Amino acid sequence: MTAGDAAVRIKDVSHEFGETGDAFHVRALLNTSLDIQRGELLCLIGPSGCGKSTLLNMIGGLLMPSSGLVEVGTKRVRGPMPRDIAFVFQENALFPWCSVIENVKLGMVFQGVIKAEQEARARKALEAVGLADFMSHYPAQLSGGMRQRAALARALSLETQILLMDEPFGALDEQTRMILGEDLSVLLSRTEKTIVFVTHSLGEAVFLADRVAVFSARPGTIKEVISVDEPHPRNPNFVTTEKFGRLRNRLYELLHEEIRKAVSQSAVVGLQS
Amino acid sequence: MSARSEQRSRFASRAVQVSFVVALLALWYLGTAVWGVSHLLLPNPVKVWHELRDVLASGDFWPDLKITLSELVVAFSISCTSGITLGYLISRSPYLIKVFEPLLAGIYSVPIILFLPLYVLFFGLGPASKIALGTTISFFPIVLNTIAGFGYVDRIFITAARSMGASDFQMFRYVLLPAAWPVILTGLRIGFTVALLSILGSETIASLAGLGHKIVHLAEAMETARMFAYIAFAVAIAVCLNTITSSLERRARRQ
Repeated sequence: MTAGDAAVRIKDVSHEFGETGDAFHVRALLNTSLDIQRGELLCLIGPSGCGKSTLLNMIGGLLMPSSGLVEVGTKRVRGPMPRDIAFVFQENALFPWCSVIENVKLGMVFQGVIKAEQEARARKALEAVGLADFMSHYPAQLSGGMRQRAALARALSLETQILLMDEPFGALDEQTRMILGEDLSVLLSRTEKTIVFVTHSLGEAVFLADRVAVFSARPGTIKEVISVDEPHPRNPNFVTTEKFGRLRNRLYELLHEEIRKAVSQSAVVGLQS
Repeated sequence: MSARSEQRSRFASRAVQVSFVVALLALWYLGTAVWGVSHLLLPNPVKVWHELRDVLASGDFWPDLKITLSELVVAFSISCTSGITLGYLISRSPYLIKVFEPLLAGIYSVPIILFLPLYVLFFGLGPASKIALGTTISFFPIVLNTIAGFGYVDRIFITAARSMGASDFQMFRYVLLPAAWPVILTGLRIGFTVALLSILGSETIASLAGLGHKIVHLAEAMETARMFAYIAFAVAIAVCLNTITSSLERRARRQ
């Protein structure tokens, strides 16, 4: 891959919450640089509070870096870019007053898709995530896993090149997570999308990612990037292979030290407050 | 509980409610016909029934009903428009919410009916003072619920809409308004109920016309049976209006 192939460039980005000297002043991210290649699935993993969600929000234009810059294609990110970037959030971000299909269509209304196209695109996206029979249900009538499928459908229907996922399966139980992970891998092998995926789960990271970026404890920066050289869609048996185990253990080693640091930091914060 | 036994228990509680009302009416009748309570204090229910039919048949109630209802409509319209507008404006800034929400809630807890003498002084004995009181009392639940509705919309909905490129108008129309609407509706229903209550009440205290005025007028003329008929009439009107607003609220909520 050549350097010109990057879908997203993160250049020396730092972020602070609050002003220096404030009680709640936090340096979330420090001098982080990373190129995200077109069409790859990149996982961000790290201890809590290391700034991985902060970085995701900066790529998506929901947050401006205190210093450094983020570029999508050739454009510098200065705010949300709904034609290029779609989000799937951790929490249930479906609008509870809209049915599933209305939720998907509303995303396209915001993005500015002409009305005639909305219905067909919404149906296509919902069929792709396996919710064809639940289009007129309301979010409250769906299980957590189905809600995240609907959120994914909403993001897919926007037909953006880039998909940002912030712990999309974080609130789900282990089995549902596994199934959604497998389905996601199948779904994404058919698209050319560039995906950035924040997770806490080592297994999820290895199973889904082409590359995994491991964050250090706060102030977060990327400690190491690990490649998972395995074609999509991934066979569910990939989890049982020796290669999977080796990669997972490598991630565990890298992370363990940082998690210890993060915990001792939060213990100190706990004492102060 | 099965559907059937649930239905039966609902029927049983209905039966108890009906027999309670029947027992009250029986007591009332016995009190006047057998135990000899003065008909000036408690008129015979049969006589009240005849009076009520006469009131309805003669159309005697129209002028007073029109006054009371028009006061209600004007007062509620003013408090709706001002309450929702101000509530929305305040809800746009966390600072304004922090300043005004406790302030308004504090004023709301004052018995606003005490302003009536002041309003009579300002606006006279006519409908204007009733409108002023009804507006003041119903303004607070409406403005407070509007602040609560618009001010505490879950951040994730706003963030999600923003990430998909929602314009300010789209944010209002498709996110803020539907999120806030159920809470605002509750405020409107409460506002309507207290407006009606305070208008009827203030008519009995100081007024020239209206249902409340009529009831006091009849009491002073010792026409107790007709007064009871008018009370029954006013109660029926109030129950009707409150049922309509509650069912409107339920219907709007379901969408």
